[in-house]
Amino acid sequence: MSTLRIVWLYPDLLSTYGDRGNLLVLAHRARARGIDVEPMQVRSDQRVPHTADMYLIGGGEDGPQAVAADRLLQDGALNRAAEAGKPILAICAGYQLLGSSFYANGRAYEGLNILDLRSDRGPSRAVGEIAGDAAPQLGIGQITGFENHGGRTHLGEAVQPLARVTAGIGNDGTTEGAWAGHVIGTYMHGPGLARNPRLADLLLAWAVGVDPSQLPPIDDTWPERLRAERFGALAAAQ
Amino acid sequence: MSANLTPRAKFATTLLRTAAALSRATGRGDGSVIGGRVGLIVEPRLLELLAEGRHVVLISGTNGKTTTTRFTTAAIEAIGKVATNSFGANMPTGHTTALAKAPKAEYAALECDEHYLGQLLDAASPKVVALLNLSRDQLDRAMEVTALAAKWRQTLQTSAGQSTIVANADDPLIVWAASVCQRVVWVAAGQSWTADSAICPNCGSHLDRFGEFWRCTNCGLNRPSPQWSVAQEGEAVVGPDGRRYELNLQLPGRVNRANAATALAVASLFGVDPAQAAPRLSEVASVAGRYAKVEREGRQLRLLLAKNPAGWLESFDMIEPHPPVVLSLNAREVDGFDTSWIYDVDFTSLAGRKVVVTGDRRTDLAVRLEVDGVDFIVVDDIRAAIAAVPPGPVEVVANYTAFQDIRAEFNRVN
Repeated sequence: MSTLRIVWLYPDLLSTYGDRGNLLVLAHRARARGIDVEPMQVRSDQRVPHTADMYLIGGGEDGPQAVAADRLLQDGALNRAAEAGKPILAICAGYQLLGSSFYANGRAYEGLNILDLRSDRGPSRAVGEIAGDAAPQLGIGQITGFENHGGRTHLGEAVQPLARVTAGIGNDGTTEGAWAGHVIGTYMHGPGLARNPRLADLLLAWAVGVDPSQLPPIDDTWPERLRAERFGALAAAQ
Repeated sequence: MSANLTPRAKFATTLLRTAAALSRATGRGDGSVIGGRVGLIVEPRLLELLAEGRHVVLISGTNGKTTTTRFTTAAIEAIGKVATNSFGANMPTGHTTALAKAPKAEYAALECDEHYLGQLLDAASPKVVALLNLSRDQLDRAMEVTALAAKWRQTLQTSAGQSTIVANADDPLIVWAASVCQRVVWVAAGQSWTADSAICPNCGSHLDRFGEFWRCTNCGLNRPSPQWSVAQEGEAVVGPDGRRYELNLQLPGRVNRANAATALAVASLFGVDPAQAAPRLSEVASVAGRYAKVEREGRQLRLLLAKNPAGWLESFDMIEPHPPVVLSLNAREVDGFDTSWIYDVDFTSLAGRKVVVTGDRRTDLAVRLEVDGVDFIVVDDIRAAIAAVPPGPVEVVANYTAFQDIRAEFNRVN
């Protein structure tokens, strides 16, 4: 196939702690299947290309989050990409701004309305390991990650939770993340895909238009060992 | 100094020394923290009382503060005795202990944790404050970095009126924080990590960069002209009058030449002739185990401590091009429980070398290296790592507790 173009949105605003990792993991897993990848970093003062095959948006502080939402609303390309069924992976602050509204700098801001959800402030910061059972329709098993956020997210009718929480807080202590169509949002921050190779493959499969089972398997000894370690650490702590 | 201490403060100082000595004797550490805690319980103003009448410099920043404090101490010792928290205990308990242990020292060089800068400004009334750099560090337990810069800016505005600030002109977060001060000496100390200052800390617009220069496209915040800099050619520091001070450092890397430039700038504010101070810096061979060289079974290990993305990238810049590299990663409380930051480090420069990974979170490193296409082997501990590499030089890079574990294996080498 031709080159897979993956856009990483606004690393100048939303790249707080290892967010580049998701782009690196996707590129690594695509190349291992012989798929060429063109990573495209798009700064917040640049136009968002609407011709890309996948879009990533990371986490960040309140100020940059509000600026990013404003610029994406003005740009419009991410909304068009969502309508066109392009895969979008949004993390933490990036996840919140895909909803109808989010809370930053002490007030509510308008979001992109790509996912039917809204976010506000929680009683305390959610910091630590997070794990859950992913929605069965996604076929990705359990999820594992690290969360660090002050927001809580309330899901509407038109989205499904990404997972049921078994450890950590996620949206509200019961569910974590959300998905609809080919758009996925999650509080698993930074390089969440490094610990969730099946989620990475699901996004790749959507991007190239195949079923995930059609992607040739690759050696996941180390990612699987890491997953086992993190689940084991949670079990030992409980 | 101690001659003027109240009886209560004297009593607190005695108890502090006893507690620290007991802690050392029972093998619990160097006793700085427990000693200071005991002293401050007996006399809550002990730090302030012990600092009174001394010429104090505070040194803070994300990376390089322990080394810069050591360099500064070596430089000022050219003219007098210096109290310093050389064991890296960089919170008020450690500062109190450092001052209590050196009652006759006229000078004090105190490394200060970034989150305690305000408290130390109030308690120690420093003559000089050196601000090195700010970058992302242990996000799960510390503040986001722009918020920390904002806190510094506010603190400096209210509490640093009597101090001269020595600040890094190359770090926009530092410049923004320090620019509220009346007296600032700018040092071109470099910035190895620019990802936390892509946008202006003052107004949120984009920063334009041309080589070493940077400026905000909107509000005009820009790189001040530095009075001190690291020489472009050779190993030297260039002072305000354009004079060159040759360095012959044992510590590696450009970042340590920058730390030396800051130390010379600080020392000259204390009246030390930089020409007299510079040779003293080359006597520093290691700093609390950092850069220490140890030998085991024909392998010569050099130990490098790196706690965050900027630190790891600086380490990769320091290491010799060919020897095997041992990487050790932990995620205990003081390291931060979150290992996400290893994805902010580019490991591709290690490709083609022998790379051995260890530490509590070696599996995280394995996944990370695989993504960057770097071959590696995974071993249980430093002993196994040594066995896994051929005799000869070995570079060891470890984060905080991983580094302490390795130091322990070598009798807590200093």
